[in-house]
Amino acid sequence: MTSPLTENIDTRAGRRGSVFVRLLKRPAGAISFGILVLIVLVAVFAPLLAPYDPNFVDLSITRALPSPEHPLGGDTTGRDVLSRLIWGTQITLWGALVAIVTSLVIGVPSGLAAGYFGGATDRIGTWISDAVQSVPGMIILLIVGANTGNDFNLLMVTVGVFMAPGYFRLTRATVLAVRNEAYVDAAKVSGLSHARIMGRHVIRPVVAPIVIQSALTAGMAMGMQAGLQFLGIGGGTTPGWGAAMNEGFRVMRTDPLLLLWPSLALGISIAALAVLGSTLADVVSVTAPLPSRKARRARRAAERAAASGEPLAVTASTGAVAHAAVDSAVQIENLRVRYETADGEVEVVHGITLDVAPGEVLGIVGESGSGKSQTVFSVLDLLPKTGSYTADAIWIGGEDVTALGRRDRARLLGREIGYVPQEPMTNLDPSFTIGHQLTEPLRAVHGMSRADAKARALAMLERVGIADPPRVMRSYPHELSGGMAQRVLIAGAIAAKPSVLVADEPTTALDVTVQAEVLELLRELQQEYRMALVIVTHNFGVVADICDRVVVMRHGSIVEIGEVAQLFSAPEEPYTRELIAASLDGAESRAELDRAFALTGSAVAADDPTPGTSTTDTTDASTEADRKEVRA
Amino acid sequence: MLTFTLKRLVSGVILLAVVATATFFLAHAAIPDPTLGLLGSAATPEAQQALAAKIGTDRPVIVQFGDWIAGLLRGDLGDSWKNFQPVGAQIALKLPVTLSVVTAAVLLSAVLGGLLGVLAGLRPGTWIDKLVKAGAVILFALPGFWVALLLVMTFAVQLKWFPAVGYVQPQESVGGWLQSITLPAISLALGAVVMIAEQLRNAIIRADGLDYMRTLRSRGLPQWRIVVHLLRNSAPPSLTILALMFVGLLSGAIIVEQIFALPGIGPLTQASSQNGDIPMLLGITVVTVVFVVIINFLLDILLGWINPKARVK
Repeated sequence: MTSPLTENIDTRAGRRGSVFVRLLKRPAGAISFGILVLIVLVAVFAPLLAPYDPNFVDLSITRALPSPEHPLGGDTTGRDVLSRLIWGTQITLWGALVAIVTSLVIGVPSGLAAGYFGGATDRIGTWISDAVQSVPGMIILLIVGANTGNDFNLLMVTVGVFMAPGYFRLTRATVLAVRNEAYVDAAKVSGLSHARIMGRHVIRPVVAPIVIQSALTAGMAMGMQAGLQFLGIGGGTTPGWGAAMNEGFRVMRTDPLLLLWPSLALGISIAALAVLGSTLADVVSVTAPLPSRKARRARRAAERAAASGEPLAVTASTGAVAHAAVDSAVQIENLRVRYETADGEVEVVHGITLDVAPGEVLGIVGESGSGKSQTVFSVLDLLPKTGSYTADAIWIGGEDVTALGRRDRARLLGREIGYVPQEPMTNLDPSFTIGHQLTEPLRAVHGMSRADAKARALAMLERVGIADPPRVMRSYPHELSGGMAQRVLIAGAIAAKPSVLVADEPTTALDVTVQAEVLELLRELQQEYRMALVIVTHNFGVVADICDRVVVMRHGSIVEIGEVAQLFSAPEEPYTRELIAASLDGAESRAELDRAFALTGSAVAADDPTPGTSTTDTTDASTEADRKEVRA
Repeated sequence: MLTFTLKRLVSGVILLAVVATATFFLAHAAIPDPTLGLLGSAATPEAQQALAAKIGTDRPVIVQFGDWIAGLLRGDLGDSWKNFQPVGAQIALKLPVTLSVVTAAVLLSAVLGGLLGVLAGLRPGTWIDKLVKAGAVILFALPGFWVALLLVMTFAVQLKWFPAVGYVQPQESVGGWLQSITLPAISLALGAVVMIAEQLRNAIIRADGLDYMRTLRSRGLPQWRIVVHLLRNSAPPSLTILALMFVGLLSGAIIVEQIFALPGIGPLTQASSQNGDIPMLLGITVVTVVFVVIINFLLDILLGWINPKARVK
């Protein structure tokens, strides 16, 4: 059986020595480990701890209630319950050990081989593992247990065989994950033998998941063992917990305590193993532990204190608006975006202000990590779960939407705002046809009939330049090319005729030849529907082609904002110049760029900074000073 | 799709053949002289010889194997060595009981596990999420029969809400039938419920972070439609687990039936094992593996329907 606990373990995480310490630092880890140590001690010292011989019959204590001489009373044949429980611990642990060792010996080497060699070895191993998992183990155990004189060890070996697929799959998956790592390749190239490579590089990452799996397997083996004894198999004269449970079950109406004690012993042992395994998995998979809530609060307070010392660095907003809030399609005032990480909260957008008028095309330009996509997601209110934003105001269609509730805010989506994503191939639901994905919002959000929605979807596909709309409607996303998928996504975004279209790097993932077509399509649609278009890009070519105004972002702040023509001819910021230089290579635009360079270049040569016009230095200090000028 | 179906079918038949062969020889190795168990205290050398001649165990094992396989190919599982009645008919008599309980457990796991998984996956970190996580850790590890004993003690013996033991045929009374399989099904399903819930929770959290979920939300779809998209994309691992669980539930049912005195495959297996009734044991193994193969086959078709990409392959 596979376990849910061993799935997401980063096997490279954590230094070995500290894992144990970190385990004990958690209450769940410490308690479960303590209980297990206790159980092991009871098992080892059973002969010393048990007050009576487990099979000694004293008829006078038959079904006796707990008393000072017999703390847990006597069983149905007059044996001391406590002594039998203590001896049962030894048997239970021994049985679990036999099963685990069998499982390990079969599952781990075969898993290693299957994962490492792949090919036929892998196929055969996986087939056998699947086959073993398809057989109800209990039936085979009953067959084995039938006439082999109830050989306890043989039964536990069989249990181990049925648990081996768990180890096999786990080992195989872990090895597959590391096999293609560079260091394993390097070891192969340097001529190490397979055995050396496996021993050195492949086994190590498998150890942690196996230890965790073993905790679980031990618990399951105990359960199987007790179950077999409950059925009267593998018990013999040994005082197993399962046998005691069966005895208690038969008299549960008159002497419920006889069922309670062994059930408790089994339940606590299995639960302790499970909790230990789960805590261990947590400890191993978490590289840097999340700070406690108290620590996080303290850190935030410290940040605030530090921030108040230099208010400009944290509270100032960058950017500017060109239209009145009620007249703009979108206006953002002092937007900040924060992410929750293991190291506390990180601010990725530091208070920006911008706007776009109806029918206007605004470009947001910047390199990756500049916060431009985060800005867009904030407008949509679709930040990832760990992200959050604050803003003095976000006006959409003349209304401040920060005042709206979650539900009303979501109502804007698909009605007022349309969204075109960056990567077409990952933005269509792979499980549904294109037709379903286009018609679903039309029917669910806009209340169209099935026929109307289909007609509109077909018309939209036709409009965005899809050659055979009925066929594409029946297709699944993986049957489309990137360019087609992006056209489908554009069709989906504008099907509801939104007043604002937000496009997040709509051409970046496309082939160069397709890029121009998609951009042209966006421009046409924008003019046809008189939409405001916010287009995020890192490419000044896109800006030059389509935008009216442009916002340049860097490190979560706005560096420069202005009309495209002006920004190209006379960029105020050296960073803007760099970006323009980096992205323009078309001949026509090149000339424009050269003119721009000639202008600023001569200014540098003249070494004559004219206040208020443009910067003459490219040092960070002056950039910083200039940025302060831009701040609203 | 057709080649895919055929491939799965052939694979299932091979699996059945391998398991049948392995079990046959295992059973004959484990029970070298079945007449001892079959005759019990009445075993005298003469009686043993007579019985061996009657059931054919005086022949070489390989000849017996040929006989049995030939019968299997005709769909004949042979006769019981204990009561000399056809094995197939006796299993058919007991199977509905076990299948009622196991099917109820599977449905319960799917519905309850699915519900908990969705709720926990949509709101990670809430109490319901913590409940699922804690449940997955502890309940999954505890064996079904342990839970069954707990439930019997609480609900049948103490509270008397359910009959402690016995089985009511659905033909007699549907209500009584449901009552008689409720506690057994719950004891079997509890571990599977939390297992499915946790799997689904993780898958939903993974799927919820994917690009297309953001795009779907940007279209303004209501939450329940978003959940449909999430569910369809995160169901496959949970369904695979559910199919795998089916085997485990069959194993578990053997003990749980004992506790609730349900006249299913469980008591039949145990009795046959004690008697050394090899044809019966082999028959039970073959029938259960056939069911497992069917379940896996249905799973593959279901997964193909859910994930169009898998269909193409």
